[in-house]
Amino acid sequence: MRLFHSLRSFASSFFHRSETDREIDEELRSHIQHRADDLESAGLPRAEAERRARIDFGGYQRLKEESRDALGGQLGAGLLQDIRFAVRRMAKKPGFAVVAILTLAFAIGANAVVFAVLNAFILRPLNVPQAESLYGLWRLSSNDMSESYPDYLDLRDRNHSFESVAAYNVEQAALDTGNDPSRAWIDEASGNYFDALGLKPYLGRFFHGSDEHGPNSAPYIVLTYDYWRSHFQGDPGVIGRVVRLNKFPYSIIGVAPPEFHGTLMFFNPDFFVPIVNHAQFDENDLNNRGDRWVFMTLGHLKAGVTPAQAIADLNAVGASLERAYPKDDPKMSFKLARPGLYGDYIGRPMRTFMTALMLLAGLILLATCANLGSLFAARASDRSREIALRLALGSSRKRILRGLFAEALLISLMGGAVGLAGSVVLLRALSVWQPISRWPIHMSVNPDVKVYAVALFLALASGFLFGAVPVGQVLRTNPYEAVKGGAVETRRGRFGLRMSFRDLLLVVQIAICAVLVTSSIVAVRGLANSLHNNFGFELQNTMLVETDLNMAGYRGDKVPPMQKRMIDAVSAIPGVESVGLADQVPLGDAQPDSNVFADSTADLRPANAASNAMMFKVSPEYFHAAGTALVSGRVFTWQENKDTPRVAVVNRQFARKIFGSEAKAMGAYFKLPDGARLQVVGIAEDGKYGSLTEDPQPVMFLPILQSPSNSAYLVVRSSRDPEQLSQTIRDTLRNMDAGLPVYIQTRYKALDAFLFGPRMATISLGVLGVMGAMLSVVGIFGMASYSVSKRLREFGIRIALGAQKKELLQAALGRTFQLLAFGSVVGMLLGLAAGKVIAFIVSQATPWDPVVLGGVVATMLLLGLMAGWIPARRALATNPLLLLRED
Amino acid sequence: MTTQAQLLPGTLDLLILRAVSLGPLHGYGVLLRIEQISGGALLIEQGALYPGLFRLLRQGLLKADWGTSENNRRAKFYELTAVGLKRLQEETDSWNRLATAIANALAPQPEEI
Repeated sequence: MRLFHSLRSFASSFFHRSETDREIDEELRSHIQHRADDLESAGLPRAEAERRARIDFGGYQRLKEESRDALGGQLGAGLLQDIRFAVRRMAKKPGFAVVAILTLAFAIGANAVVFAVLNAFILRPLNVPQAESLYGLWRLSSNDMSESYPDYLDLRDRNHSFESVAAYNVEQAALDTGNDPSRAWIDEASGNYFDALGLKPYLGRFFHGSDEHGPNSAPYIVLTYDYWRSHFQGDPGVIGRVVRLNKFPYSIIGVAPPEFHGTLMFFNPDFFVPIVNHAQFDENDLNNRGDRWVFMTLGHLKAGVTPAQAIADLNAVGASLERAYPKDDPKMSFKLARPGLYGDYIGRPMRTFMTALMLLAGLILLATCANLGSLFAARASDRSREIALRLALGSSRKRILRGLFAEALLISLMGGAVGLAGSVVLLRALSVWQPISRWPIHMSVNPDVKVYAVALFLALASGFLFGAVPVGQVLRTNPYEAVKGGAVETRRGRFGLRMSFRDLLLVVQIAICAVLVTSSIVAVRGLANSLHNNFGFELQNTMLVETDLNMAGYRGDKVPPMQKRMIDAVSAIPGVESVGLADQVPLGDAQPDSNVFADSTADLRPANAASNAMMFKVSPEYFHAAGTALVSGRVFTWQENKDTPRVAVVNRQFARKIFGSEAKAMGAYFKLPDGARLQVVGIAEDGKYGSLTEDPQPVMFLPILQSPSNSAYLVVRSSRDPEQLSQTIRDTLRNMDAGLPVYIQTRYKALDAFLFGPRMATISLGVLGVMGAMLSVVGIFGMASYSVSKRLREFGIRIALGAQKKELLQAALGRTFQLLAFGSVVGMLLGLAAGKVIAFIVSQATPWDPVVLGGVVATMLLLGLMAGWIPARRALATNPLLLLRED
Repeated sequence: MTTQAQLLPGTLDLLILRAVSLGPLHGYGVLLRIEQISGGALLIEQGALYPGLFRLLRQGLLKADWGTSENNRRAKFYELTAVGLKRLQEETDSWNRLATAIANALAPQPEEI
């Protein structure tokens, strides 16, 4: 009731504001009249009496304001009045308000988007209970979180620091619910996975540690909520249903809670199966201690255990495993990593980049504030006469400043609201976007309360920031100047060598713009360069057909003949030039590697390895199909199978690293950890295998017939349109086996995952760069046109005295362009420093590049010309007569 | 003019309440009444009266209504409310106690003579 009452009085005081004002006015005037009546009856003439009465009364405006404040009852009424005054003033100059609001909307929107992404990627933990105590086990020697299954079991059972250590592995499998088998991304999870994370099922039950009874003992599926909704229409009757997974029968036993999407952020699996069934999805041996295929191990620390204690504990377990299994477990030392972004692997570059981006977005906002601040200051000095008059009439400085701030805050809040609305739209779009079509990547970057709070804070802060710029000016205003007449000069050197505060703001803003322009040109150029890289294989006219014979039930000896039939069938398609087969491809999903030993080494312990090399198992035609050139020797033949001596093609880096030179490598032998002795029969060119930014890596290609793999890519080189071809390939393979799901993409498309980071970096920098440029144009334009309009009189006189156009332009824009040049140089130097940071994300991005330097200079010059054009025209078109007549 | 005393802070409200307690007055009338009852010793800055009046109005110690003055002008007349009367008595008592105490303290003491 009370609240309602005060709300009503607040509202009525807002709407009846003018009435209250009028009443106060009437009362005060009545007082003065009474006084005048008294003075008149004392003998003064009426006019003189009224004059005296007004003087006796004191500062009318000030007293009226004080009276209104005293009348109170209307909390914030003064503020409301300020706001209404601000609205009226904005309505008078709508252009200014619209420009200011839009600039701010862009700047605050950009900040909100960047912060929302930062929030979603870095600040928001995984969606599991007590995510803050959840750590992944990071293995220092291999610099990732993968373990072999036996090592995982030992780590789980022998440590004393974790409540429970769970493990999972990402796999693909074919799910057949009775119709067409479809490919799905699955998490193979240890039995204790859900219990270790502390999750409760949405429906049915989870599998537990007690369900594990050795390999292939637990044929259970737990669906994610999203997959249950999309593929089973949210049917609760699905529990207990038996489906076929890679042709094996599985029962669906439960559905995970809606907010749980696995333990790798943004990589949302479709369902979970027990990891003990691994043999049904992949050929890695569950019991091989040397084969570290388990993707991640993680768990909650026990209460009271510090990360340092846990690391010491894990290292102790690791040391004992090293002693027990010297062949399989070299250097088992650990650190703890955050599982959500795959520890340092994605986490670190992501954190660096997002922090840098946040910084840049912050700079944009700062530039916007500088911009609006100088516009405000310019307007305040236009209004200096009005302000001085108000001061002379007894209005307090506080009051005038409050008015200025009200206007600034109003603009900033409106800008913030528009910007936030725009960013919400953008973030919604980002959240449904699937950047890499083959992977189940879902970026849930929807804004939460934190994002809204940050946007509000930024709006308020920037409002105060640019609102504060003209404060000094108002405080310095001398009311008597205004009374004396003429325009009030603010203390700004007209031809001053000293840089005024406003000049400084412009320089800062131009410098920020130059940083952004430099960074974005560096990034764009780096991205363009990296696409014209020599990858060691051809991008053009190549397609990757991904097949997993496991999904269709082919295992062991049935695999190679089927693969040969597939190659032959696809080769027969018109337009196909050659078809190769490879278990993995360079810059593909995985880069399997192996230790390599010199031929003379007898003790094949990891410590004795000559090197570690990536290992691709390929068919004879692979090199031609992929476009990988051989620098010497030969490729494999179809006769090289399990019964013939083992051979290998190595790349030049391998040859140099293991044998010293390419010449020595040809025909030489090396060994693998299993003791196999391989002869080098060919040397291939170097390329990119694991990432676009890597240094040359040693790589060996082995004949796929000598070490078969049932999951493999067909590399298809053709002269035909990939779109048409992919349908024909799909039909051809389906005719061979309807139960074989295939995934076809162009070689170029397959690089999406690797180009995702650089592309995002380039796009975000580009967007910020354009915004920075826009801001600079507004800023330079504002400053130039202000200085021209202030000096129109002077120009008129100059023209009348016969000044040349050049001199006039020099006078009108000289200073602005000096500032532009100065700011650009500062910004470029900073941009060059920032370019180094960008080079970490976008390969081959170097700021020391004539194209970059020239591009920045040209861009800044262009911006200056764009912004200076209109004011220059105005200065040149000054009509001296008109100006002289005006005064 | 030299006989006028400086107004102690906070005493304006008390004076207004006292002035109005003798009957409804408009703003200018309050001013005159204070001058009159103080024997011309207290002169209040004219405009400063209104913030005080409005403050008391807001606190509910006064109530106001528009009327016509003896000069035939429209003016707002102020009147003491019940709360205002109570407050006036309390404040007057406490002022008197304070004034007596200070007067005693300042009065010549036997020892001093």
